[in-house]
Amino acid sequence: MLRFLTRRLLQAIPTLLVLSILVFAWLRLLPGGPATALLGDKATPEKIASLNSVLGLDQPIFVQYFKFLGRVVTGDFGSSLISGDTVLAEIGRAFPATIELAIAALVLAVGFGIPMGYLAARHRGRLLDNATVLTTLVGVAVPVFFFGVLLKYVFAQKLGILPPSGRQDVTIDATHITGFFTLDGLLTGELDATWDAIKHLILPAVALASIPFAVIVRITRASVLDVQQEDFVRTAESKGLTTTTIRQRHVLRNALLPVSTTIGLQTGLLLAGAVLTEKVFNWNGLGSLLAQGIERRDYPRLQALLLLAALVYVVVNILVDISYAIIDPRVRVR
Amino acid sequence: MLPTRAVGLRRIALIGLAGALAVTTAACASERGSGDSASDTFIFGAAGAPKNFDPIFNDDGESFRPARQMFDTLVTYKPGTTELEGGLATAWTPSNGNTTWTFTLRQGVKFHDGTPFNAAAVCFNFDRWYNMKGAAAQSQMIYYGDVFEGFAHNEGDISGDPVYKSCEAKDETTAVLNLNKAKGAFPDAFGLTSLSMSSPDALKKYDADNVTQSGEAFTYPAYATDHPTGTGPYKFESFDKANNTITLVRNEDYWGEKAKTARLIFKIIPDENARKQELAAGTIDGYDFPSPADYNSLKQAGDQVLIRPAFNILYLGINQKNNPKLQDVRVRKAIEFAINKDQLVKNRMPSGAYPQDQFLPNNVPGYTPAVEKHSYNADTARQLLAEAGATDLTLNFYVPTEVSRPYMPNPVDIAAAITDDLKAVGIKVNVVQEPWNGGYKDSVQKAGKQDLHLLGWTGDYADPGNFVGTFFGRTKPEFGFDNPQIFDALSNADAQTTPDTKKSAYESASVLISQYVPAIPLSSSPPAIVVRSDVQGLIPTPLTDERFYTVTKG
Repeated sequence: MLRFLTRRLLQAIPTLLVLSILVFAWLRLLPGGPATALLGDKATPEKIASLNSVLGLDQPIFVQYFKFLGRVVTGDFGSSLISGDTVLAEIGRAFPATIELAIAALVLAVGFGIPMGYLAARHRGRLLDNATVLTTLVGVAVPVFFFGVLLKYVFAQKLGILPPSGRQDVTIDATHITGFFTLDGLLTGELDATWDAIKHLILPAVALASIPFAVIVRITRASVLDVQQEDFVRTAESKGLTTTTIRQRHVLRNALLPVSTTIGLQTGLLLAGAVLTEKVFNWNGLGSLLAQGIERRDYPRLQALLLLAALVYVVVNILVDISYAIIDPRVRVR
Repeated sequence: MLPTRAVGLRRIALIGLAGALAVTTAACASERGSGDSASDTFIFGAAGAPKNFDPIFNDDGESFRPARQMFDTLVTYKPGTTELEGGLATAWTPSNGNTTWTFTLRQGVKFHDGTPFNAAAVCFNFDRWYNMKGAAAQSQMIYYGDVFEGFAHNEGDISGDPVYKSCEAKDETTAVLNLNKAKGAFPDAFGLTSLSMSSPDALKKYDADNVTQSGEAFTYPAYATDHPTGTGPYKFESFDKANNTITLVRNEDYWGEKAKTARLIFKIIPDENARKQELAAGTIDGYDFPSPADYNSLKQAGDQVLIRPAFNILYLGINQKNNPKLQDVRVRKAIEFAINKDQLVKNRMPSGAYPQDQFLPNNVPGYTPAVEKHSYNADTARQLLAEAGATDLTLNFYVPTEVSRPYMPNPVDIAAAITDDLKAVGIKVNVVQEPWNGGYKDSVQKAGKQDLHLLGWTGDYADPGNFVGTFFGRTKPEFGFDNPQIFDALSNADAQTTPDTKKSAYESASVLISQYVPAIPLSSSPPAIVVRSDVQGLIPTPLTDERFYTVTKG
């Protein structure tokens, strides 16, 4: 097992290296550059050239790359051109925000999606079912940013019951220990801060949950309908088990297998969807970091973010392989 | 009593619904509009984070806005105008052909750390800037470099001769600044936010000059990130990066009128739509540069769209290098005659914009009705093209995308209107679109790939040299012409030492430029700032450098 793991980790290193070269080159081949963005509208070409030479961006790409690699090996991913903070500090600040949002959205999507899908299947062809199917169609079809703006319009502008955007009321002077604003208040005893953070979380989480919710509803519904036709359900019925037992122990349990696979897939998409949602709701997470980084050509920040994404991808793959290896010994090729 | 078999099923369905209900009721139960901050806090929506808080290292509006509230300059501008008035200096007197400036300082002023503001502090600031070391630090001092041209020791690629010579503190309230040469930008440039006065003690204590470079980025010292110390109406409290919020508090010892609100908060909201919705929800009290397309809906919602006097220029640039036909002044004039500026302004610009026949806004000295006018006349345009033998003219028109500026709310729209006008007189146009930060500025200003292009400028202070000197003071790849007559006229105008001679020298230069048509001035547009209906006392200013200490709420 250990040998397998070591081998997989070693295999990942060249993958990441190639990726880092691609990311590095791609960024520098984009037209425009950080100096143009940094110096603003009034910069003369001379000033831009001068800043590029100060930043070392006029050196050959491979020279820049090896310098970058040398720093990365020591754990230094550089500092953001926009904020001057180390990109690791920036990511450390933004990461909890995105995770908080993604978890909230996932809880909503699963918590509402499974019961609705199940109920729709139980009332197949009736009004409830049709309404549910229609809702999911809309949920998948409407872009997040439109839905988000609509939510804000209704709940923040018209009804005034929820804040339109941001993570916390700016007049609340809250202490941030973990960066999970909903948790921080509980830890420091500032319950109003936690309550305020939850209120800020509702609308973006609903917007981000809309697509996975719709997908989960449809998969659950289809899966329950499938399972109901299965022979073992008929067998259970003929054995005279109660309807409740059949539904819970046989139908739902078996129907949830494909749903759990879907949830796994949707989690990855959630993080991608967070980029748009964060923009609409001014949610200060990784998505906002990425969007502003691209706009301002913040090379160090983008390099770190894209490599982080690649690393997560590689690690998840290894975990999947390990779980397969545990389940199926044949995978462990000696 | 429910039959047991239904219970499990119901449970599943109800958990979700109960959750939804709980959230909704809870939200309703909480007091409406948690964003309704007390009337002693003014919350402004900013489009971006400041780079840092040390004015000398900044050159962008988002960094200047908080700095304007915390710092004062020696000379300042009368609110709502570009005219000068006393700031930390009550008088500023030039002598020796404008190479010496004597400042009489305001008495009894203290920095936020309690140390006194005096002549020694003024000289400390000037000396600090001039002696700044390190390519990293110098490369960040864009405005200082523009005005003072060089440092005691130029580092990196900086190679200007310093304008600054020395500074003497004659007594507590008299500081004398000696220059190596006169500059037309003075005294107006003394009001630049970049040249704000910082506390010498705080500068030393927090290692203010220590800008370092790590990899491709700059790291700023504690003074710039956490301890900016000026004399202004607000003091720095915190910059919460996790919540993207800058908090300033009232300076109770301010030498002038005390701030009306106890707290001033900048909430950073990069997305304009999000800013608009926060304003509507009342979680912010105002934001800057609303899109002209939103003016009506904002007003209908009861918000105040405050229009500033226009202080910018949009022009159609002409590059004479690639197409020899453009070196014929008749062709350049034909292009100007072909453009219907009145229609352009009416259809594509915000209300309050006006068509332009020269490169200065009408509130800057040097603006003159005497310029040679080429008002819209398609027949004249065709005739001139025929005379110049340029009836088969084809021009590459570079247009920026992904950008909106007060002088060009929507460049692609503006370019489309101009293209139609040019086609109407028989000029063929190839439109080349490039993203503003993704190559456009390089193509146009560095490589000079274009025949025509759209660009503009917002003034920093009411010195005509800041406009026309910047555009046509020397030969540039952007315009690709070499006209010593114009260059000399502009440098001569810049060297004038009295307001009257300066004004008339720039008027002559404006006339010269209008005869030569190095580019085509199109319009000047007023940028707006929007605040909620209960906000009073915000004075919109052409320099877009509003100070919020006069603002009241509710």
